[in-house]
Amino acid sequence: MKIELRDIKKYFGPVRANDGITLTVEPGTIHGLLGENGAGKTTLMKVLTGFISADGGEIRVDGKPVHFTSPAESIRYGIGMLHQDPLDFPPLKVLDNLLLAFDNRLIPNRRGARRVLKELSQRFHFSLDPDARVNTLTVGERQQLEILRLLALGAEVIILDEPTTGISAPQKVLLFATLRRLAKEEGKSVIFVSHKLEEVEELCDRVTVLRRGKVTGHLEVPFRADQLVQLMFGQSLPKSERPPVTLGEPVLELQDVTVQTYRLTVPHVSLTVRAGEVIGLAGLEGSGQRLMLQACVGLQKPSSGRVLLGGQDFTRRSYRDFLAAGVAYLPAGRIEEGLIRGLTLTEHYVLAQRDHQPFFIDWAAATNGIQKKINEFNIRGRPDTPVEALSGGNQQRALLSLLPPALKLLALEHPTRGLDIESAMWVWEQLLARRRSGTAILFISADLDELLERSDRIVVFSGGVMAPPHRRGPHLGRGTGVFDRGREAGSVMCDA
Amino acid sequence: MTQRLTNLAIGLIPVILALLFTTLILLIVGAPPGEAYRNIVQGALESPDKWASVVTATVPLLLCSAGLLITFAAGLWNIGVEGQIVAGALLTTWLALNLTLPSILFIPLLLMAGLVGGALWGLLVGWLKVYGGVHEIFGGVGLNFIAIVLTNYLIFGPWKPAGRATMSGTEPFPAEAWLPRLGNLAVYPIAVILALVAIALVYLALRGTTWGLKLKAIGNNQRSAFLMGIPTHQYMMGAFLLCGALAGLAGSIQAIGVRQRLIPGISGGYGFLSLLVVLLAGYRPLWVIPIALFFAAVGVGSPRLELNMQLDSALGGTLQGLVVLFVLLAQGVKKRDA
Ligand SMILES: Nc1ncnc2c1ncn2[C@@H]1O[C@H](COP(=O)(O)OP(=O)(O)OP(=O)(O)O)[C@@H](O)[C@H]1O
Ligand SMILES: [Mg+2]
Repeated sequence: MKIELRDIKKYFGPVRANDGITLTVEPGTIHGLLGENGAGKTTLMKVLTGFISADGGEIRVDGKPVHFTSPAESIRYGIGMLHQDPLDFPPLKVLDNLLLAFDNRLIPNRRGARRVLKELSQRFHFSLDPDARVNTLTVGERQQLEILRLLALGAEVIILDEPTTGISAPQKVLLFATLRRLAKEEGKSVIFVSHKLEEVEELCDRVTVLRRGKVTGHLEVPFRADQLVQLMFGQSLPKSERPPVTLGEPVLELQDVTVQTYRLTVPHVSLTVRAGEVIGLAGLEGSGQRLMLQACVGLQKPSSGRVLLGGQDFTRRSYRDFLAAGVAYLPAGRIEEGLIRGLTLTEHYVLAQRDHQPFFIDWAAATNGIQKKINEFNIRGRPDTPVEALSGGNQQRALLSLLPPALKLLALEHPTRGLDIESAMWVWEQLLARRRSGTAILFISADLDELLERSDRIVVFSGGVMAPPHRRGPHLGRGTGVFDRGREAGSVMCDA
Repeated sequence: MTQRLTNLAIGLIPVILALLFTTLILLIVGAPPGEAYRNIVQGALESPDKWASVVTATVPLLLCSAGLLITFAAGLWNIGVEGQIVAGALLTTWLALNLTLPSILFIPLLLMAGLVGGALWGLLVGWLKVYGGVHEIFGGVGLNFIAIVLTNYLIFGPWKPAGRATMSGTEPFPAEAWLPRLGNLAVYPIAVILALVAIALVYLALRGTTWGLKLKAIGNNQRSAFLMGIPTHQYMMGAFLLCGALAGLAGSIQAIGVRQRLIPGISGGYGFLSLLVVLLAGYRPLWVIPIALFFAAVGVGSPRLELNMQLDSALGGTLQGLVVLFVLLAQGVKKRDA
C-alpha cells in the first residue's frame, strides 16, 4: 500500500508541531522517520492514523484521498500503529487481548484465536504464551503481541513509534528481523519512527528527517551519518567529555540484601556505592535490576540484609525518609509515575520545592522559578504548559530540572530512553556534573553503549541474580556478550 | 471573543435541552408546561418566605459541595456525604438532648459536634479505603445505610419522645439549642455565613495553597504524587475528614435550625444533590454558589406542582437530573472532539 502525506499541518496553540509535511511511503519498504525530540514525529503519525485531526493537508492511500476520524477507521484501511507510550494494557490474558481485537470479526472463538496466535508466533519466531497475563509481559513481548494483533487485523502498513526504547537487545534483533520480513517478503510498508541514527541506518531503505515540524530531507540508503545529524539538528555534534572525578566516602551500602516479590527474588546482593560514583545496572528487562534499584531508595523493603545510607541503617525506613536524606528516584514511566497529567510546569515546580513550601503559594515567584529552569534546561514549553503536552524528551528535561540541587544518591531508570542523541548527551552532562558535588548515581539502562560509556562500574542482573560488579576499563567494550547471551549474561561481563 | 461565545453556548445548550426534555415529559403526561414552570418559579420566589426557604435550602448544599470539592480534588468519590450529614446531626442531637447551656455556648458547641460527627464518619470511609482497600464508593454507600438505620433506631428507641415513638422524630430540642433566625423568616444568618465562608476557604485552599495543590496532584496521579514525596495516605484521610466535617456541619444546622429536632431522613438528600451541584459546576468552587441556589429554588418550588396541578413534585428532581446529564454530555462531547 502506498501512503502519501501532502502538506500536513498540525498546530497546538503557538506550537507548529507539523508545519507542512510532505512524504511518500512506498509499499514493501521500511521508511524511517527521523528527528530530534519534539520534531513532530509522533504528531504526524497520530494524524495519519486518525488519532488527532490535522489542521491542513491531505492524506492519500494508493492515490485515493482519505480522511480518518479514528484509529479504528485507519486500521480498517490497513494502517496500524504501535504507540510510543504504550496505551494501558488491561490485565487480560494474551489470548483475550487478541480476541478483543476481533469483537465483530470473522474469528469466532478462542480456539481460532489460539490458532492464529500460534501460526503468527511461529512465523515470526515469537514465543508468546497465550495464557500469560499481559501485565506480566516485558515491553518487548507486549510489542510482539501488538504486532501480531495488527497483522491479524489485516494491517498493510505498520507504524512503529520508537519501538526500540525499553526492549532488550535480543528482542530488538528479533524485531528488526520481523520488520524486514514484513517488508521484503510480505510486501507490507513499515514506518519506523526513531531518533536513533544507528537504527535507521541499520534498518531503513529510505528516511525522512524532520526538524521543528518541517521536512529537512529525504534520503535513500546508504545514508551518511554526518549528513543525518546535520539534517536532524542543523549542526554537527561535539563529542561528549567525561570529567574525571575522585570518589568519596561510601554513600550507599547494601549488605547481603534479599528482595522478594511474588514474581521474582533477588538474593544476597552486596554492593557499596561511593560518592561521585556512577553504577550501571544491566540485564534483560525483568531480571531484578529494577527491584534492586527500588530497594536502594526505600520503595522495596528487603526481606533480609541491611541497607545503609551515609553509614546509617535505613533498612526499615520509609521512602519519604530516603527522600529526606537526599535520595531521588526518577522512574521509567515519566508521565505515569514521574509527572502529573493535568498539572502545569509551574505547579510541578511548586510541588518539587520540598524544603521550601510556604502554606500559601507565591505564584509569581513559582512562575519565575520555573521560567529559569525552562531556560536553563532548554525545555520546549511555557510555565503554564500542562506536562502531558510536552514531548517525551521535554518531559525528561522537566523532570531533571525539578530535582533538588544537592543529592546524595540519584537513582534513575532509563535516563535517556526516548531521547535523541543531543538531548541524551545533554542529560548525561547534567548528571555527571552532579558527581562533582558528591552525588552517586545508580541507573538502569537497556542501552549497552550507554552503560559502557557512562558507568564507572556495571553490575549485571540475570534471572534475579546479580553478578559481582565490573570495573570500567580498556577491555570493557562491545561484543562482550552482556546481553547477547541472555541468561548466562551475568557471568560473562568482561573484567578490567 | 468567539472562544467566549462558544464556551457560553456549551454552557447554555445543555440547560435548554434539559428544559426541552422536561417540557416533553410534561406534554406526555398532559400538563401545560408553561403553567408548570410558572408554578415552580412562583413556588420558589413569590414571597420573602419562599426566598428564605431557598436560601436555607442552599446552605447544606453549599457546605456539602465545599466538602466534595476537596474530595473530588483528591480524586475521591465521596458518595458517603449523606451519611456524614446524618452523623453530624446525630452527635449534635445527642448533646442537644442531654445538655442545657446558654445559647451563646450551646450553639457553637452543637455546631462543633456536627463537625466532629461528620469528620469521624468521613474518616471511617477514608480508613476503609486507605487501609482496608475498600473503594470509597462502596464504603460510602455502606456507611450511608448504617447512618440511616442508626438514626431510625435512635428515634424509635433511646431517643423517642416520652411515651410514644413516631416518624416525626425526637422531642424538640430546648430553645437554647435553636439556631437564631432572621426576624421571623426561616433564614439562619449564622448558617449562611458559615456556608459562604466554607466555599470561600475551599476556593482559596484549592487555588492558592500547597495543600490544595498536593491534593490535586494526588487526584490526578496518586503514584506520581507518592513518588514526589507527598504523603498520599495522610492527605486522602485529611480530605475525607474535612469533607465529613463540612457535611456534618450541614447536618447539625439541619437539626438545630430547620428541624429543631432529629427526624428520620434529616439529611434530606442534600448529600446526593450536592454531588450533582459539584459535577455541574465542573469542580469550580465559585460556580457552586449559583448552581446550589438554582437547585435549592427548584427544590423549594416543585411542591407547588403537586398542590396546584396534581403533578408529582419529583418533576423538579427530574429537571435537576436532566440538567446535570446534559451538561456532562456536553463536556464529554467537547473533550472527545478536542
Ligand atoms: N497534545 C498536545 N498539546 C500541545 N502541544 C503538543 C501536544 N502534543 C504534542 N505537542 C507539541 O508538539 C511538538 C511535537 O511533539 P511530538 O510528540 O510530535 O514530537 P516527537 O517528534 O514525537 O518527539 P519525541 O522524540 O520527544 O517523542 C512538541 O513541541 C510538543 O510539545
Ligand atoms: Mg514522539
